[in-house]
Amino acid sequence: MPEQLLQFLATGVTVGSIYALVGLGFALIYNASDVVNFAQGEFVMLGAMTTVALLGAGLPLVLAAVVATLLTALVGLLLERFAIEPAAGASVVSTIIITIGAAIFLRGGVLLLWGKGFHALPPFTGDTPIRLGGATLLPQSLWVLGVTALLVALVHAFFNRTLLGKALLACSFNRNAAQLVGINVRVMLRLAYALSAALGALAGILVAPITFTSYEAGVMLGLKGFSAAIVGGIGNPMGAVAGGLLLGVLESLGAGLISSGYKDAIAFLFVLMVLFFEPTGLFGHKTAERV
Amino acid sequence: MKSKVWKTILASTLLLAGVQPAGAADPIKLGSFLAVTGPASFLGDPELKTLQMLVEEINAKGGVKGRKIELVHYDTGGKAQDAVGFVKRLIRNDQVDILVGGTTSGDTLAVIPEVEKAGIPLVSLAGAIEIVEPVKEWVFKTAHTDRMAAAKIFEDLRKLGLTKVALIGGDGGFDKSGHEQLLKLAPDYGISIIADESYGNKDTDMTAQLTKIRASDAQAVINFGFGQAPAIVTKNMKQLGIDLPLYQSHGVASKTFIELAGEAAEGVRLPAAALVVAEQLPDTDPQKPVLLDYKKRFEAKYGPVSTFGGHAYDGLMIVVAAIERAGGPDKAKVRDEIEKTHGFIGTAGVFNMGPEDHMGLNLDAFKMVEIRGGAWKIVN
Repeated sequence: MPEQLLQFLATGVTVGSIYALVGLGFALIYNASDVVNFAQGEFVMLGAMTTVALLGAGLPLVLAAVVATLLTALVGLLLERFAIEPAAGASVVSTIIITIGAAIFLRGGVLLLWGKGFHALPPFTGDTPIRLGGATLLPQSLWVLGVTALLVALVHAFFNRTLLGKALLACSFNRNAAQLVGINVRVMLRLAYALSAALGALAGILVAPITFTSYEAGVMLGLKGFSAAIVGGIGNPMGAVAGGLLLGVLESLGAGLISSGYKDAIAFLFVLMVLFFEPTGLFGHKTAERV
Repeated sequence: MKSKVWKTILASTLLLAGVQPAGAADPIKLGSFLAVTGPASFLGDPELKTLQMLVEEINAKGGVKGRKIELVHYDTGGKAQDAVGFVKRLIRNDQVDILVGGTTSGDTLAVIPEVEKAGIPLVSLAGAIEIVEPVKEWVFKTAHTDRMAAAKIFEDLRKLGLTKVALIGGDGGFDKSGHEQLLKLAPDYGISIIADESYGNKDTDMTAQLTKIRASDAQAVINFGFGQAPAIVTKNMKQLGIDLPLYQSHGVASKTFIELAGEAAEGVRLPAAALVVAEQLPDTDPQKPVLLDYKKRFEAKYGPVSTFGGHAYDGLMIVVAAIERAGGPDKAKVRDEIEKTHGFIGTAGVFNMGPEDHMGLNLDAFKMVEIRGGAWKIVN
């Protein structure tokens, strides 16, 4: 039994780190504009699918990953410029709906371009499972965990240590005031979408060897990542990680100890409880209504 | 402008009144409703392509009994409600002679009442046994059933002397229907199901469920499903070091599964249609030339062949043969002739239909295959 429990935890951490990595991507755009970008999952998918396509075209993995990340960032930028920016001044809800439309558009585009098939990326450092006590973990999971930790630190430092990051935050706190002190809000928003897309693409490339990818892969990953982000407190990179890991471990314990049929119900019940008792998430800022 | 409108009205009135002579050159109208888009598109897409290819070829050769075939097709998107609407339209507005279609069991089962009421032959391409059991007067099918797949797996287990089995499957329709058949058939083969786990079809990790299976004393694992989930199950088993025989269903009998699961797929067994191992069949196998011929024609036009397109080939060719025997597309005569289909060699197997059997396939239609060296190999 303890051996089993250890495996459930290892599984939970593997799955949770995937959710965390995807959840992290929501923070940038949310911090810049209070908008939850529902196309974030599609950025994840786009990163992985583009890498698959570039690999197929004969590029080495590292180069394919870099190019795919840059291309996805460009897509993020174009999305902001041609879908979000024309709707400047629209309410947050309208903008969120635009992102849902963008998500459907991106899915359709990938479907037309690369078809309906599933694809896998090769694991970065082999497929030999690592034994930890009685549990086993794939090397790729360690990659996901490690890069998640690194990206969290980077995103955290970006918002707290750099002028650019602080300027981005200022845009969401008060757009007019930010403009008055000389921050170019438009450029900031483009930056937020591009960075967020790049972050999503990286996540997609990292998890694709474990989860596989297809034109629809972003739907589920986006949803779970979003859940992770709101559990932890959206906008807080640390929160996304904590939320993702919690969700992953709960799912796997639910599947292992209670019933595999109810594991999603257990996880979503937890999300609901968190939102009920801590509407801003476990690590969210307590914000007062701005007038 | 005005005269054009009048001409149109006149023309349509004439058409409605049936003024056009119903000569022998009139095309035979074949109605089809397939899930070309939506979640079942990987089934419906090759099916439609097959129908289009065959109709084109038949027409180029002069048609059936001197009459060309006209294919009228609607895409159901895998939605049963839409399928019913389209079938009504095919029967009433398009006035088709024969129906081929229903990519999914849901689509087919939904339209059966309409088809039975109208009295028009329907050849379904879907899997569920309920389509032809109990037998319905006008309904036939060409795809293997999930019960056959379950039986084939149990037959193989019995040969190996394994009796304790763990099941793991997804939450989709195909998975659940297969799961039901496995549970139903297990006692007949003296097999006890000692673990029964499930997952969501979009889940990314099944190690928790497999850890429970590892702790049981199962002698083999059966994973009935399709899409990427069975590939993840296969990889997770390898990761956990579970060294039991793994059986998959015919739902993963495609190259994609081997690509996704990679090395972990080695040794996986599954019941598959002969089409995936066509080249390996002995030359004495009557199916071999049919399979190779269909494969060559399809691949020359569209790319890699799939067993699902094969179901459409079987369906259309059975219908064409029946029309030829009936001497024309008379609905009742064609129905009787389809029912008399005997010794028809299709891609799914050899069809021997009868009043009590509107599918006509037996267990031989499935080959037990094993993945070895990244390719399918027929087991004994």
